Amino acid sequence: MKAGSNLERILTEGKFAVTAELGPPKSADAEVIRKKADLLKGKVDAVNITDNQTAIVRMSSIGAAKLALDKGIEPIMQMVCRDRNRIAMQSDILGAYALGIRNMLCLTGDHQKFGNHPTAKNVFDLDSMQLLDMVKRMRDNKTFMCGDEIRNSKKAPVVEPKLFIGAAENPFAHPYEFRAIRLAKKVKAGADFIQTQCIFDLPRFKEWMKEVVDMGLHEKVFILAGLMPIKSPKTLEYMKKNVAGMSIPDALVERMKGASDPKEEGVKFVVELIQEVKQIEGIRGVHIMAVEWEEVVPTIVERAGLLPRP
Amino acid sequence: MIIAERKPLEEILSMIGQARSVLIAGCATCVADCMAGGEREVGILASALRIAQRQRNGDVEFVEATVERQCEREFIDRIRELVEKADIVISTACGIGVQAMAERYGTKPIYPGVNTRFLGLREEEGLWTERCGACGDCTLHLTGGVCPVARCSKSLLNGPCGGSTKGKCEVSDEIDCGWQLIVDRLKALGQLDLLEVNIPPKNWASGRHGGPRKVIKKELRDEKRK
Repeated sequence: MKAGSNLERILTEGKFAVTAELGPPKSADAEVIRKKADLLKGKVDAVNITDNQTAIVRMSSIGAAKLALDKGIEPIMQMVCRDRNRIAMQSDILGAYALGIRNMLCLTGDHQKFGNHPTAKNVFDLDSMQLLDMVKRMRDNKTFMCGDEIRNSKKAPVVEPKLFIGAAENPFAHPYEFRAIRLAKKVKAGADFIQTQCIFDLPRFKEWMKEVVDMGLHEKVFILAGLMPIKSPKTLEYMKKNVAGMSIPDALVERMKGASDPKEEGVKFVVELIQEVKQIEGIRGVHIMAVEWEEVVPTIVERAGLLPRP
Repeated sequence: MIIAERKPLEEILSMIGQARSVLIAGCATCVADCMAGGEREVGILASALRIAQRQRNGDVEFVEATVERQCEREFIDRIRELVEKADIVISTACGIGVQAMAERYGTKPIYPGVNTRFLGLREEEGLWTERCGACGDCTLHLTGGVCPVARCSKSLLNGPCGGSTKGKCEVSDEIDCGWQLIVDRLKALGQLDLLEVNIPPKNWASGRHGGPRKVIKKELRDEKRK
């Protein structure tokens, strides 16, 4: 065990993992996190705490992760490269570990153009690949990026942040032929687990996974398939039109349009998808991103036969 | 070359304030090529300002002068008389030209008439695009001659990110994905293996992040001292 987190234990033991997304509020209201944590506790193995997703200011990932942890649910702290340089990143990693956080997901981050401060200056001192490498070095080499040992003084003990390191990969972004190679780069950089972009286009996902398996990457990294329950055909059409790097088949839009109860159809689709991805070689779990719809996660997990959690 | 764009007329008018005599100083190099501040654009700007002033019953004299290169002292010295006569100067050179003038004419207000946008080239008629981020640490040999610092919206050294779609950037479909261009070019060069290399963090200290930069050629400095 590298970090000793619950998620790491489940994956290492060869059990099918379930994670979900828990979005922090656009306020300082801790109750939002506590309520969502109560909802998800015991239903999933760990929750991803997003880091100012789509560049909209929200409660910090570290703060929200600590609140979730205090509620007895294991957080996966997300960190994007958009808002912090290597100094702030390493400092936040030390703080997060000291607070008890044991999982971290390293991301590039959406461009600030999409958020509520489009005139902000971005950082991107490191990219997600370099962030992965830095977190791994901090854990395994016990050094900062500059090479200094992680200790307060020459006489003080080395106390390095031991994190279970995750990354995302998007099989649906272009160019397709580079997507498995990019995953290999992330594994080389230090990723222990991968959560994929949400799957709507299963054939393309299978094609990518085949390449991943052919390259032997599934034996080096735990891959969790990303899933997103959709409430309405409108949401789906909006994403198809406006969210870059997504592949949403017309047939799915039609299916949602034809449904008498779109929310139920959205749940059904994800439950079916879980059964499908479980059959794919190299898939070690699922990651459910129910954006501002966390309350549906227990239903999905139960109907997919993934309860009780180990 | 340096690409600039003229500022909105209202903004320029607001700089003029109470001045009665304004010199509009153009530059015949980069800003002329990108049609922002050369002799022709100086003429257009002066006409527009004259009309606007007349409409506001103003009585301001606008004088036009364009030098070969505003970033070189020997050229800006040639308009000394005009500069001294004017209350203020609106320079349509890039930010370097404006500052060169300000340094040369210490007591004269020199105001910018253009926004300096980027280092780029004319891609098509009427279209200029960015090419160089002046990061001070060129690695174009690793990326097929396409710069990820200037051409990826996030300056990723290990792109493309998950927002690349059909060759376009997530920021706008008006922007080519810089990393798609890199992949295409490496493919054409038969150097796709370069894509498998994890590029380490960049030394941004060679760029603006290290503070204002200087290039020193010691042999020339020594020569001067002799």
